[in-house]
Amino acid sequence: MSTSNKSQFLLLFRHPNEAPDPSPEEMQQIFGKWMAWMKGLKAQGHFVAADRLDDGGKVLRGTSVTDGPFAEAKEIVGGFVIVAADHLAHAAELARGCPGLAGGTVVEVRPIEDLPPI
Amino acid sequence: MKTFPPSDPAGCAASPEVAQLVDHLFRREAGRLVAILARRFGAEHLHLAEDVVQDALLKAMQTWPFTGVPANPTGWILQVARNRGLDQTRHRQMGRAKQPELASLVEACLADAVHLPAPQFEDEIRDSQLRMMFVCCDPGLPPEAQVALTLKVLCGFGEREIAAAFLVREAAIAKRLVRARQFLRDQRVAVELPAAAELAPRLQAVLQVLYLMFNEGYKASHGDSVLREDLCADAIRLGELLAAHPLGDRPATHALLALMGFNAARLPARLGTDGAILRMAEQERALWDREKIHRALAHLETSGRGGEASRFHLEAGIAACHALAPSEAATDWRRIVELYDELLARDASPVVALNRAVAVARLRGPLAGLSALDTLPGRAALENHHLLHAVAGQLWLDAGEPLKAAVSLRRAHGMATLEAERVLLARRLTEAGG
Repeated sequence: MSTSNKSQFLLLFRHPNEAPDPSPEEMQQIFGKWMAWMKGLKAQGHFVAADRLDDGGKVLRGTSVTDGPFAEAKEIVGGFVIVAADHLAHAAELARGCPGLAGGTVVEVRPIEDLPPI
Repeated sequence: MKTFPPSDPAGCAASPEVAQLVDHLFRREAGRLVAILARRFGAEHLHLAEDVVQDALLKAMQTWPFTGVPANPTGWILQVARNRGLDQTRHRQMGRAKQPELASLVEACLADAVHLPAPQFEDEIRDSQLRMMFVCCDPGLPPEAQVALTLKVLCGFGEREIAAAFLVREAAIAKRLVRARQFLRDQRVAVELPAAAELAPRLQAVLQVLYLMFNEGYKASHGDSVLREDLCADAIRLGELLAAHPLGDRPATHALLALMGFNAARLPARLGTDGAILRMAEQERALWDREKIHRALAHLETSGRGGEASRFHLEAGIAACHALAPSEAATDWRRIVELYDELLARDASPVVALNRAVAVARLRGPLAGLSALDTLPGRAALENHHLLHAVAGQLWLDAGEPLKAAVSLRRAHGMATLEAERVLLARRLTEAGG
């Protein structure tokens, strides 16, 4: 995939942790929507990488270490996707397709800063 | 077989077949893994088995979109279930005293499972599902609890879905399941196949639950059609599992499979293009599933070996008459009436008698059907049921008596509670001119 004239963006997904457990069939539907979205990103050449993040973690502030990754412990980070897009607005537009949004998933879109190679 | 985490980044959602490959994957895996875990943990820890599987499936749902579907989903889920089960039993807030025991239970029961070769593992799943069918249909449980437990444990349905299928409140289903698990715990029900001496009644209970499941799914009148067809398919799947084992390979099992197969074959033709329910006479018979009919015929043939004639044999015979008839008119109504007579002789159910009256009308004309309705055994029990009046209304229409038809149809319309039925009745009422 050619990303020469495109920038990369990190999409970070945070799922609210208070929704009632879905049944297996409901999981199937949720899963199916995510897979379809990912498939779309790939088909259009936007997909660069993705992985799942564990809900645990540590946060270091000065000398203190707390269980992380967030102050708002109600949220868990579900995973991340790196996409190639023309600009930030374009990346945000791609993120709008995230099927979790309707169910309360928060998507953070962060540009991976485009600087000269080190 | 199990590597962890066997992610498939290149194939992640890229291939169109993934979506088909994993059709019902979560529900199917829930049914397989809860059975195998409950067998290993013991029925008294059924809830633990359900919990760790649910938890592992959630992980799968959250992980696979990012990593791709593993080559061996079952192995992946089982491995996560083991890890999470250990975690959960260590961190569980309730019943702290039991934690170390549960943790060692999970470890002892699952440590080897994740290394079992696939064929051996699949054998154990089949065997576990078979045993759990008998556990879920334990004679000490009320029939409605047997059905709910079977759907939850062996089919992976959620409480909301079971409630929707049976038109019961979700809280009522939850309560049934809690009590059923409590019963299994208190009675120390073993996850075993029944001994020869008690096999007949135990098998009968299992078949009865599959029959109820199928009928609930088959009812045209309510609910989500996808969910209903799943109920039918699962009843057949569990029936096949039963028939494949020497213990369940009995005439009644094959008769039930024949009955379900003939009826399931008609499912694709049951709704009109506008989504309205079609009566058998209105259905496009070319849409009936020939392959299902052939399999049902094979089961019907097998069910005849052994000289036993259960009520499933009689009902399968009726379903076969319908499935094999080239048209409504060319149906062997004489044979159908005979079979209904035999059914009634066994079980004087007013609903069976009502169906018989319909067959009598097809054989000897609407007036004969109406007269059968008049002398219906147990008619009083049906007097306040819309079906009796709906059938009478249709027969008066067929007899060319629209005024009498309208009286019956109006009564039926007033009693019907489900919208689809009210729409149907309103349509007939229009035909009757009032």
